[in-house]
Amino acid sequence: MNLLQAVRLAFGAIMSNKLRSFLTMLGVIIGVFAVVALVSIGQGATSQVTAEIQGMGSNLIVLAIRGRGGLDSLTLDEAVALAKRPGVSAVAPVVDGYATVKFATESNYTSIVGTTSAYSFVRNHFVDQGRFLADVDVQNRLKVAVLGAEVAENLFGGLDPVGHEIRINGSAFTVIGVLEEKGFSLGGPSDDFVIIPASTAERLLRRQGIRTVYLQAESAATVDLVVSGLESLMQLYFRDENAFSVFNQAEILDILDEVTGVLTLMLGGIAGISLLVGGIGIMNIMLVSVTERTREIGINKALGAKKRDILLQFLIESVVISGVGGFIGMVLGYGTVRLFSGLFGLTIAFSPQVVLTAFTFSVFVGIFFGLYPANKAAKLNPIDALRSE
Amino acid sequence: MIRLEEITKTYQLDGVEVNALRGVTLNISEGEFVAIVGPSGSGKSTLMNIIGCLDTPTSGKYWLKDHEVSKLSDNKLADIRNRLIGFVFQSFNLLPRLTALENVERPLIYRGVPKKERRMLAEKALERVGLQDRMFHRPNQLSGGQQQRVAIARALVGDPALILADEPTGNLDSVSGREVMYLLKELHAQGRTVLLITHDTDIARQAERRVKIFDGRLQEEGEVVL
Repeated sequence: MNLLQAVRLAFGAIMSNKLRSFLTMLGVIIGVFAVVALVSIGQGATSQVTAEIQGMGSNLIVLAIRGRGGLDSLTLDEAVALAKRPGVSAVAPVVDGYATVKFATESNYTSIVGTTSAYSFVRNHFVDQGRFLADVDVQNRLKVAVLGAEVAENLFGGLDPVGHEIRINGSAFTVIGVLEEKGFSLGGPSDDFVIIPASTAERLLRRQGIRTVYLQAESAATVDLVVSGLESLMQLYFRDENAFSVFNQAEILDILDEVTGVLTLMLGGIAGISLLVGGIGIMNIMLVSVTERTREIGINKALGAKKRDILLQFLIESVVISGVGGFIGMVLGYGTVRLFSGLFGLTIAFSPQVVLTAFTFSVFVGIFFGLYPANKAAKLNPIDALRSE
Repeated sequence: MIRLEEITKTYQLDGVEVNALRGVTLNISEGEFVAIVGPSGSGKSTLMNIIGCLDTPTSGKYWLKDHEVSKLSDNKLADIRNRLIGFVFQSFNLLPRLTALENVERPLIYRGVPKKERRMLAEKALERVGLQDRMFHRPNQLSGGQQQRVAIARALVGDPALILADEPTGNLDSVSGREVMYLLKELHAQGRTVLLITHDTDIARQAERRVKIFDGRLQEEGEVVL
């Protein structure tokens, strides 16, 4: 008996008991569905987080200064001078605080970031309209502002803000640009803030000194060199290792990767268990089926079915149940994932590997849990089987 | 065709030894129509199982055509059942969820005959037993006599040398029984060896040769036992 014939016989047997076959299949359907959906969601979360961190700027290093005693910050010049250190390609010092930003009758209490022209590419955040800060703006302490997309929307509505005058804590600033929209990101809203020259910000916010510096390393390879150089320099400067901290994007990525990896594994594990339970369901039904069809097996053996034929028939039955179940679960999982990502704007990574793995696993579940009942059927003695009612 | 030499079969039934066959020797030549007659418990079913290669003897030798069956593996036995033997059972033993045609096709599936040829042969076999207009009926849509004719069609579809009929008329009314016997006689007339097992002497009388079985031993009709 060839394989195709065995598949035909198996289909015949499955179709002769549709409800039972479907219920058995349901276990696998739910299992595969759960694996596909949960792992896709997990991977989606991972890729979203990764994309956000990478969107913060490539090879980004953050120097945060807490200070020690009276010495609690760097001067703007000192911070800008860090750009000359080996391996550093750009530096964006930040003076930050909060202020009321007003245009006409609209007013917004929002975050103010005083920085330099380098900020835009160090943080990978560019203007959508107008221009970003230039070095002259910083040198001359010009009262110019670049608005985050949300602030622009709040103050100006549909109007083009470039060229208009706004008031920040009462002082007049000219809007020179609007930043592109980034959406929500780690480390706070990335669209709800106003950028002004660092020198201007020191005065406006009455805060002397720089306590946050964003640095960009020349390449991923020089990140570690820059970090260690920076650490020893700050150690020399503050003479206290608690006065500052340096962290880089790769580190954050590693930690988050680990967290989301564990999350995905856990979701996959839970889903895997349900697939396993589906497999046990198959085994259960196949055992019942062997008992019920003892006489049929006896007749087939009398007609010349070999052990192998009976084994194959029952094994294929369980594989068909699990395989078809796996396929339906896969399609259902894909559909649900699609629907959810569309409905809630979730990022969902739909990886073909996971789908294929889940499907293959479901087929193997069929083989594994079908083997014992099939073997039991194949080993039946034809006379005993014929005699049974 | 069939040669049995000193066949014995011993069962363990709840720890008690039962000697179902105690040294059976029998020769049946090609083309014979033989009836094995015996009351229930005489060992005739055991003998039928052994001749049908469904069971193996405890001791003794059995040749079917050129094969020494007592030495063969399970797989070989399945092959012999498939190619050399056509079974007709008292309780028909049709597969209930298959149509008459599919039931008749079954032995050919295990022989590996391609679908088209299989279908053609099965249709022919059903025509031969007069069921050409019942091919797509399931067993529960057929009368007992019709079911047994499907079973006969199934037995002869593979063109076996030996037809083994175990009480083929046991579950049938007399009219259907006569039809079945007529078919068996026809098969014999066409040169096939037919072995009929029954407890009914009227049925047995229709065979060419009768062998009695009692307490696991054989006795040819006309033979005098001392």
